Amino acid sequence: MNAPALKDLLFKLADDQLVLGHRNSEWTGLGPILEEDIAFSSMAQDKIGHSLAFYTLLHEELGEQDPDTLAFTRPATEFHNSQLVELPNGEYDFSLIRHFLYDNAEIIRFESLSQSSYTPVAKVATKLKGEIKYHVLHANTWLTNLGSSTEEAILRLQSSLNELLPYALGMFEQSKYEAELIADGIYSGEEAIKTEWLKRIKNVLAKTDLQLPDPDTTAPVLGGRYGTHTPHLQALIDEMSEVFKCDPGAEW
Amino acid sequence: MAYTKDEILELLQEVKDPEIPVLSLVDLGVITDVDITEAGHVTVQMTPTFSGCPAMEYMKQEVEQSLERHGIRSHTVKMSFDKPWDSNKISERGRKALQEYGLAPPPKYDLILDLDILDYATCPNCHSTNTTMRSPFGPTLCRSLHYCNDCRQMFEQFKPL
Repeated sequence: MNAPALKDLLFKLADDQLVLGHRNSEWTGLGPILEEDIAFSSMAQDKIGHSLAFYTLLHEELGEQDPDTLAFTRPATEFHNSQLVELPNGEYDFSLIRHFLYDNAEIIRFESLSQSSYTPVAKVATKLKGEIKYHVLHANTWLTNLGSSTEEAILRLQSSLNELLPYALGMFEQSKYEAELIADGIYSGEEAIKTEWLKRIKNVLAKTDLQLPDPDTTAPVLGGRYGTHTPHLQALIDEMSEVFKCDPGAEW
Repeated sequence: MAYTKDEILELLQEVKDPEIPVLSLVDLGVITDVDITEAGHVTVQMTPTFSGCPAMEYMKQEVEQSLERHGIRSHTVKMSFDKPWDSNKISERGRKALQEYGLAPPPKYDLILDLDILDYATCPNCHSTNTTMRSPFGPTLCRSLHYCNDCRQMFEQFKPL
């Protein structure tokens, strides 16, 4: 078992979900309609639950600290999430496009990992790939409906898509263990995930008036997987961990 | 006294889902196995419905307390993804209980979840199938929101998973 490669993989999965889960929770009470308020709050709960499942593997199988310590005490430079998930929510169109770009990739990761040669992660991924279908359904439904509706909706979504595509491409930044993970049958690798992701998002976008900027000529925003982040991440961590840090040993 | 596996499953019928008080955990399908050693140690295996469900820890404690109440002192309750939950694991008795509670039971499916089945919820009030899904997310992670075009009532469905 290749522990450093597995840790790298599990941290990026867990950190993406924790950070996006926190961003989704910021829609609680602010959603444009009640159903969307509930949807983003529910997805927040799911994503934080999913991150817990991966932090638990890091703790129980790979000797890392307990999930709360991992979630709340690391500085931003030790987070392996993509920069896509740490950006502030912006307006609803921005959050919706991020949700669409992120979850269509996440479901492919879970599908791939459910076949992993590393059994503990395969079990977790098998469970989570059923749950994430609802996130993908939600994103694709809203994108299809709004992406072919009014001029303002289309303009806003297109502008967010243009802004977020470079960050979304950054999700597929390769790990330094990429070749080993693929050779050991642990993970299909970022390039394979990205190819499938482009196929799926193009299928959905084809039902709308939105245009995907050319991914081959768009420079990805890299660095997140290696601890390079925007200042937004440390601010998010400070807020998320404020209560925990008041009394780290407290029994809740 | 020593219990058999079936007797333990029967006595655990008293432990209900905290958010759906008519549905036992056994009928919900989250109790996946009961193992009794020759020395009488009881191991109950559980698995979460949705991995982010905040009620799982509470359910685990309720199972432990139920075992204690029936004089089973030597026990272990384990939570794992070894036998992952899916909505087909809800028993017929559980489906009936959900229906009577006013919550549409999840449609049975072949485990290749085609999300189109979400659009065909049956209204638990008037049994019409002329219904529309309003949102795949409801008041808890395991419920979706629907509207009945015949009796014109909102209703919730336990999601297929």
